[in-house]
Amino acid sequence: MNACCSTPTAAAAPDDINVSCRAPLFVLFGKAVGWLVAASVLGLVASLKFHSPNILANCACLTYGRVHAAAVNAQLYGFAVPAGLGVALWIIAQLGGIRVVQPGIIAFGAALWNIGVLIGVIGILAGDSTGFEKLEMPRYAAVILLLAFLLIGVATLFTLHDRRERRLTPPQWFLIAALFWFPWIFSTAYLLLTVCPVRGVMQPVIQWWFGGNFTFVWLSLTGLAAVFHFLPQFAGRTLHSSQLALFTFWTLILFGSWTGIPASAPLPAWMPALSGIATLLTLVTLISVGVNIFHTKQGGRVSSETSSAYRFVLFGLGMFQLAGLMRIASVLPPVSAVTNFTWFTVAQAQLNSFGFFSLVMLGAIYHIVPRVAGAEWPSAKSVRLHFWLAAVGILLVAVPLALGGVAQGFKLLDPAIAFQDVSKATLPFLRAATTGELLILFGNLLLAANLLGLVVRCFRAKLVPAFASVTAEMKFAEVKP
Amino acid sequence: MNYGPLIFLTSFLALSASWFGFVLTPQIQIGRQPQGTNSINPAELYPQARPGLAAQGLQVYRANGCAACHSQQVGQTGTVIDVRLLEAGTNAAAVAAALVNANVGISTANAAGLLTGLPKTILSDVSIDVAKLALKALEAPGAKGEIKISPVGADIARGWGRRRTVATDYLFDQPVQLGSQRVGPDLANAGARLPDLNWHLLHLYSPQKMVPGSLMPPYRFLFQVRKIEQQAAADALRLPKEIAPPEGYEVVPKPEAVALAAYLVSLNANTPLFETPMTVAPATTNSPAK
Repeated sequence: MNACCSTPTAAAAPDDINVSCRAPLFVLFGKAVGWLVAASVLGLVASLKFHSPNILANCACLTYGRVHAAAVNAQLYGFAVPAGLGVALWIIAQLGGIRVVQPGIIAFGAALWNIGVLIGVIGILAGDSTGFEKLEMPRYAAVILLLAFLLIGVATLFTLHDRRERRLTPPQWFLIAALFWFPWIFSTAYLLLTVCPVRGVMQPVIQWWFGGNFTFVWLSLTGLAAVFHFLPQFAGRTLHSSQLALFTFWTLILFGSWTGIPASAPLPAWMPALSGIATLLTLVTLISVGVNIFHTKQGGRVSSETSSAYRFVLFGLGMFQLAGLMRIASVLPPVSAVTNFTWFTVAQAQLNSFGFFSLVMLGAIYHIVPRVAGAEWPSAKSVRLHFWLAAVGILLVAVPLALGGVAQGFKLLDPAIAFQDVSKATLPFLRAATTGELLILFGNLLLAANLLGLVVRCFRAKLVPAFASVTAEMKFAEVKP
Repeated sequence: MNYGPLIFLTSFLALSASWFGFVLTPQIQIGRQPQGTNSINPAELYPQARPGLAAQGLQVYRANGCAACHSQQVGQTGTVIDVRLLEAGTNAAAVAAALVNANVGISTANAAGLLTGLPKTILSDVSIDVAKLALKALEAPGAKGEIKISPVGADIARGWGRRRTVATDYLFDQPVQLGSQRVGPDLANAGARLPDLNWHLLHLYSPQKMVPGSLMPPYRFLFQVRKIEQQAAADALRLPKEIAPPEGYEVVPKPEAVALAAYLVSLNANTPLFETPMTVAPATTNSPAK
């Protein structure tokens, strides 16, 4: 990818680039939004169990352990990865000033990925889960997912390689790393957990290593790439400092990849200790992102056209910082003694995967789709409403869970309080969180409806004239001998 | 950073570092860990592979995502070392004097009083050096004593285990189900706490009946309600009237339910190990879940 092998060709026209993204992004985003809705439905079913344990109790595939795992996997693999890949592809094509090189392969990979997720989620519901958190999808689904990711990833790298604009900007660094990160951690984890399984606690070690690298490093690489690309653009500014972004990048991949092993783990003590120190050091990553975006935003002006997408991305970045601080807090020994094994950790995970990553991706999708489709969203109001539903929803999920988790942690530390009383005391918090999940679901449904409307509108715009031309009355001219 | 390959190389190095640190090194250190031995009775190898039915039960546990709510790891905040005097021997005065002379925090005034009402704890929560010193002082004039090491912590006080769990405890399970949540109680020692297989079957069928106020959903799909033919099946659940099936019907556990209950009964990580020093009390009581 050196400058020597590039030929000084003019960048493709923006419209051309958007059109070339149409097919792959249509599949990636369409399926992602479908899974987003599915994940919130599954999550809601899981949380209903805390209103009455007897709800849907007679069906094996709807038992809490299965539905909960299915919801988490649908959220991460169904939505997060394809949405991230779609945004990555669009950013790489835009910044490179080039049409997507292999749109067909990417669209095929995206369809394959979707089949993998479908098989995986059905597998989990049918009881074929591997039993490892965030890696519950059975092996046969994981093979499809890996293959699909490689197809999409390699084709995206081809587009990157052929870019007209040779200079690489911060979002591209993050995306290159992300494209390479996922297949490594995913294949390693499945290889060592299901193909030739390691023994004993080595299994959770691999699971934690993957968990840290996926939910922290991969989501941050992709999410921050979108933040660094869109926020300056929406604010009508350029990114304050590339050097600072480089610092963010290095600290994220250097320290982030060592996070994930909880302090209480039954392992030789150096592992949780090292992981804890690495997690503490990610504070510099958070600070560098904050400083960079703060200076970028200063004096910027957001046009009304992009204000909805801007809100999504900015709020998502806020949640990135909050989830990051919670992650750091929960490795400090006095804090982890309380928060470990409680709902606090769930609140942190939700803030990270939905509050940060999904909101940033939603902002990006709301911005990208009209440009790629060449048509406006049918309802601009529903975009604004979705932001509020998602933002209030995630706070209504995370705040009660975090507070309830801390209360639960303190009670667990006091053996005088019977365990039943500890869990009973968490119920009001869990039930409050269900309200948040409901809001999130409504928001996701709005997006699905909006997207469906847009697709129908696009097709109609093309089909109606085509239909009209096909069915137009033919004019007969009398043939006279 | 204008070169793609450079970015690739940096990422590659960063991820390799973490791979070496958290995949390869742990594998070298504990990946081929041998079976441990009971530190009190070195002839006993620990852990033993689970019996066949319990091993099948682990797969039921995995399939239903039980680990979403139940952890299987006991924590411990430290150990408390006590010195217990078992017999004062024939020369009580010499023992009292030796205790005072050993300078372990016992004064002349209360030394004599310590020798009555045996066996009793004469020093509690001391360092191992002080405890050894005191024991030596006791044994010189012919008294008998012991050093008692007890793991402490909230989990242990709850009766979830007698010591913290360590890597050795999970040696033979596939998959290892450590869990990360305590929506329900920790199960690392479920079998030690509740060794009755039938209790587990009833609890799986109707958790609220066995543990009032429990949040656990019932696992009725692991059971079959069927018409009684000729005579009731031997393994039919004996259910209280409120949750019993209609007259002429019985509830029979499916093989999965029996396997799962056998697995739960097999969960016991209380064996004393080198890495978790503790004194084993002679009699154990099976206290119910707290």
